[in-house]
Amino acid sequence: MSKDDAHHPEPPTDLEARALALESLLVERGLLTTAAVDSVVAKFEQDIGPTLGARAVAHAWVSPDYKRRLLSDAKSALTEIGITEHQAEELIVVENTSSVHNVIVCTLCSCYPWMVLGLPPTWYKSAPYRSRAVLEPRTVLREMGLELPQQIDVRVWDSSADIRYMVLPMRPSGTENWTEDELAAVVTRDCMIGVAVPRVPASVG
Amino acid sequence: MTDIRSEIAYLEGIPRKNGELVFSAPWQGRVFGMAIALTAERFQWETFRSLLIAEIAAAPEREYYASWVAALERLVVEPNVVSDSDLATRRAEFVAMQRDEIY
Repeated sequence: MSKDDAHHPEPPTDLEARALALESLLVERGLLTTAAVDSVVAKFEQDIGPTLGARAVAHAWVSPDYKRRLLSDAKSALTEIGITEHQAEELIVVENTSSVHNVIVCTLCSCYPWMVLGLPPTWYKSAPYRSRAVLEPRTVLREMGLELPQQIDVRVWDSSADIRYMVLPMRPSGTENWTEDELAAVVTRDCMIGVAVPRVPASVG
Repeated sequence: MTDIRSEIAYLEGIPRKNGELVFSAPWQGRVFGMAIALTAERFQWETFRSLLIAEIAAAPEREYYASWVAALERLVVEPNVVSDSDLATRRAEFVAMQRDEIY
């Protein structure tokens, strides 16, 4: 239990425990599948959380000063742009560069920066992603459609009960004259988890 | 399943931002998802909705999704699908960190 304790020094709150008990029993009795719950959540939650993270990324792309603040003190930087609701855990933003690519994972459970990225996607909570992202990140990324050149250093950040991570992707070329809203639109949830990079549609820019 | 969006459109007090639903913690999303998924087949949405309305009326100051938890518990306990003691035992196991399922 020691590894688990490191992730969850705190027991769930009363409401969390009641929600867990319901889902656990209903699944066990065959009245519900987690996949059915996942699909409802995905339908409703898709765009809400990631929109906040994308705004911060776009602002960091246009303002080097803001980027510096986002990387050094993410929560204060988010507050600056009106994102004032925070989760209790520390949030660290890690920057992709031409030589480093970052990926986030939670190897033991499903810790996730949901305040900026919404609810975690199902695959993020899956055992294969959680175990393989650390062992063979390049292979996992390739399977998810992201081929990284060999010279790029891949860093995997394992979230914990105290610290959550978010990736600051690289600004795609050809977006020099874009507005912040246009930039934010190409920053997907997967880009901020680090399993994708922002793509500029061929017809634009 | 009927269109979920039209069903929740009639829910008063559901937290939204720019017209979209917002969850302020992951468990709230799970609770929301469970209610919608359960009422797709086995239970009637109207049954859940009236339980929810009763729970909100009984404790109007309570956190919004806490009322969803209470309504869900009543939805499954009343027809004896799951007993109160099953829920209490399972809850205690999670609090004691004897279980580590991930949802």
